[in-house]
Amino acid sequence: MNATIPTDYYLWLSLALFTIGVIGVLTRRNVIIILMVFSRMWGSVDGQVFAIFVITDAAAEAAVGLGIILAFFRNRETLLADEMDMLKW
Amino acid sequence: MNAHPFFLGHVWLIPLFPLLTAAAMLFIGRRLNNSAVNALCCGSVFASFIFSVGAFLQLIALPSEERLVTSVLFEWIPALPFHMLNGRLANFVADFGFQIDPLSCVMILIVTGVGFLIHVYSTGYMAHEGGYYRFFGYLNLFMFSMLILVLANNLVMLFVGWEGVGTCSYLLIGFYFHRKSASDAGKKAFIVNRIGDAGFLLGIFLTSALLGTIRFAEIGPALAAGHFAMGDPLLTAIALLFFVGATGKSAQIPLYVWLPDAMEGPTPVSALIHAATMVTAGVYMVTRTNAIYQLAPKAMALVALVGAVTALFAASIGVVQTDIKKVLAYSTVSQLGYMFLACGVGAFTAGIFHLMTHAFFKGLLFLAAGSVIHALSGEQDMRKMGALSKKIPVTYWTMLIATLAIAGIFPFAGFLSKDLILGKAYEKDALLWAIGYFTAGMTAFYMFRLIFMTFHGTSRVDHDVEHHIHESPKSMLIPLLILAGLSIAGGWLSWPEIFGGNSRFVRFLEPVIATTQLARPEPTHGPGSPHGEIYLMLLSEGLVVLGICFAWYLYIKRTELPGKIAKSLGGFYRLVYHKYYVDQLYDALFVNRAKDLGLALGVFDTTVINGVGVNGAGWLTRFISSLSMWWDTWIVDGSIRLGSRIVWLFSYPVRLIQDGLVQSYMLLIVVGLIGFLGYYFYLGHHAVR
Amino acid sequence: MAALNSILFFFLSALAVVSAILMVTRRNIVHGAVYLITTLLATAGIFLLLQAEFLFVVQVILYVGGIMVLFVFVIMLVNLDVSLLRFQFNGQRFVAGVLALALSAQVFLAIWMGRNSLHLPEPAASIAAKNTEAVGDALFQRFMLPFEIASILLLVAMIGAVVMAKRRV
Repeated sequence: MNATIPTDYYLWLSLALFTIGVIGVLTRRNVIIILMVFSRMWGSVDGQVFAIFVITDAAAEAAVGLGIILAFFRNRETLLADEMDMLKW
Repeated sequence: MNAHPFFLGHVWLIPLFPLLTAAAMLFIGRRLNNSAVNALCCGSVFASFIFSVGAFLQLIALPSEERLVTSVLFEWIPALPFHMLNGRLANFVADFGFQIDPLSCVMILIVTGVGFLIHVYSTGYMAHEGGYYRFFGYLNLFMFSMLILVLANNLVMLFVGWEGVGTCSYLLIGFYFHRKSASDAGKKAFIVNRIGDAGFLLGIFLTSALLGTIRFAEIGPALAAGHFAMGDPLLTAIALLFFVGATGKSAQIPLYVWLPDAMEGPTPVSALIHAATMVTAGVYMVTRTNAIYQLAPKAMALVALVGAVTALFAASIGVVQTDIKKVLAYSTVSQLGYMFLACGVGAFTAGIFHLMTHAFFKGLLFLAAGSVIHALSGEQDMRKMGALSKKIPVTYWTMLIATLAIAGIFPFAGFLSKDLILGKAYEKDALLWAIGYFTAGMTAFYMFRLIFMTFHGTSRVDHDVEHHIHESPKSMLIPLLILAGLSIAGGWLSWPEIFGGNSRFVRFLEPVIATTQLARPEPTHGPGSPHGEIYLMLLSEGLVVLGICFAWYLYIKRTELPGKIAKSLGGFYRLVYHKYYVDQLYDALFVNRAKDLGLALGVFDTTVINGVGVNGAGWLTRFISSLSMWWDTWIVDGSIRLGSRIVWLFSYPVRLIQDGLVQSYMLLIVVGLIGFLGYYFYLGHHAVR
Repeated sequence: MAALNSILFFFLSALAVVSAILMVTRRNIVHGAVYLITTLLATAGIFLLLQAEFLFVVQVILYVGGIMVLFVFVIMLVNLDVSLLRFQFNGQRFVAGVLALALSAQVFLAIWMGRNSLHLPEPAASIAAKNTEAVGDALFQRFMLPFEIASILLLVAMIGAVVMAKRRV
């Protein structure tokens, strides 16, 4: 049954979803959305076992990421990526 | 001559005594009272006098040919070898040495004797003046310098004394330095003297170059050895240069102008320095070097002429002066002219004889004038004197004696010496004799004018001064009396042969006068025949008496006449009264030109040296330093900054990348990814191909 | 059947893509979260079409059920009102868009060039029937080490999240 759908279509799909994800990560200001989109990027990965691990990773990173956001929010009262510029010297 | 007798061997003490007391005045004079100063300063001069007398006595004990004693203390300028004009090698040596011979003996006796009397006089005259110790210190310093001058055994040491007396003259003329006129007079004296000194120095150098020696004792032999012809131009040059110095020091034309101004100094100074001793240094010097002069007849002729003309010229000015001291000053110039006249005609001993008698009567005249001034509380204008003969009798009689001496009345001192000169002059040149003769008449006239105006006639004294007229203290009167005695008897030392004497003084000095085989031996007797001499004497006595009568007529009998004569002579009178405007002439020609030069140099200094040199150097330094600064800022610092800027150029963009925003970092990751993939594409492309 | 596959695939793909786009562009975060859920569900469906049932289940339970719930909790914990008013896209949006598209173009090119050489291996019938067991097998045998590491990772993440989120006293 899979033969009816050419393999590369899946790749196109993945690529599309990944691209959307990249754009979203790079362009959205709200960090939560960034994080969500980041997670979505991983969803476009194929290969079962690999996918399982990817999901695991995604979960871990989502958890920690959200924790960071919370901590950041408590310190700075902002959710805007533009204003989170402490990652420099 | 091995062991000298005591006084002859200790000649160096004679100048030393006053030097020591002068030094004492310098160091501790301030703390001494007047009596101490008197004791020290007068005492030292008296000691010098005693030693001079001792030296004289021991000298005459020697036979005539041996009367030349030299004692050298030490070698001052050591032998410097040099080439004489004739190519021979010689040594320039100047000793600090003393020479006692008849001439220097006469001089030291006059200097210390008259000097001592004037010191004693000064204790009375200066008793109430400020700076008492300073006065005596200068006076003693002068004594030292003068004694060095007359005792020197070589030209350079004589010059040392010469300069020393010039300095002391300056110090003493300007003693009342608070008065501008006094300090100006001191400067004038020194500067005018300096001109003469330049000539003198050149003469010394030329002597050394020509003869190879400057010691008096060696000049004679050197002249003989050099086979110089009579009238040798170089010898004439030396004689003229020496005479230039003499005109400065002894106030002859054209360098006499300082002597009248020198009357600004205290009267004892005028007596000692400007009558008896310093001004005679020129005559002494010419006599000392007579060996040279006798080989230069043209120079001697000039000396005689200048002397005669100066005598006449100064006498003419003296006739119209109203200040008592100025009359005496011009009289001094005039009498010095006589002395040079004597030297010029070859009668050197007559010149020295007149020097001695002049010291007595001129010194006396000045001291007596000082006594008059003292009596009148400082008045010096003869128009404000008169009828003092009864009020200050001692002063009057001593001054009268001196005036008789200077006028040349037989048998006072002045007659014999002046007559000797006139006699010698007559032998040489009738014109010179005529000038001298006429001047003698004028001398008698103006000197008795002085006496009549001061002591006789009606009193024109200021009312408030009149009450205080008093005779001077004994300290002033006793020297007057002693000098009066000398003025009477001083000439008797050389009683002429025609009267039965033996001209002892003249004979005494004979060895000093050189006799070269070329020069005529100097006659010690009068002209041709004894009769001629008596005629001349009578002639001069006649004129002198005429002069005295004329003075009596104008100033006692008909006192309104002088004023009328003056008015009728109008311009000529004014010319003479203003001393022929010589001072003004010198001012215009020399003094103001020198001042102009000074101003010009001053301007040069401010604009060029200051402006260009100093400020310019400053500007240049600043400019160079600004260049350095530019170099330092832009080149040196610049290269360093260039390095850092290059680093910055590379690092700045990199820094901008780090903005702290996660998203821009992710963008860079994407960029990197694109780069990676692109690279693999590139590789793949080429691998396929 | 093949036609149903294709239809489902395209439908789910479209759903996934559209939801993704919507998620990325929504102003309201909650909307975005909802769209994330839908796109994840769509992806899960595609997994199912590929006969990866275990993955389908894991995706739904973990991703949608766990992670999204977490997301929603956090959204509620932070204050949303302010951010709703502001512009949503940041300063580098144009450059980023271009570069993302460039990256996409590159990968597109790669896939395009190799589209004919891609083959998924035909899964054996036995394996197709027991997907879950096969995955479990692989995990605990071949991929044992990664599995353990993953568990440590989760532990660390858990601690990290707690530490991060806890309120300092």
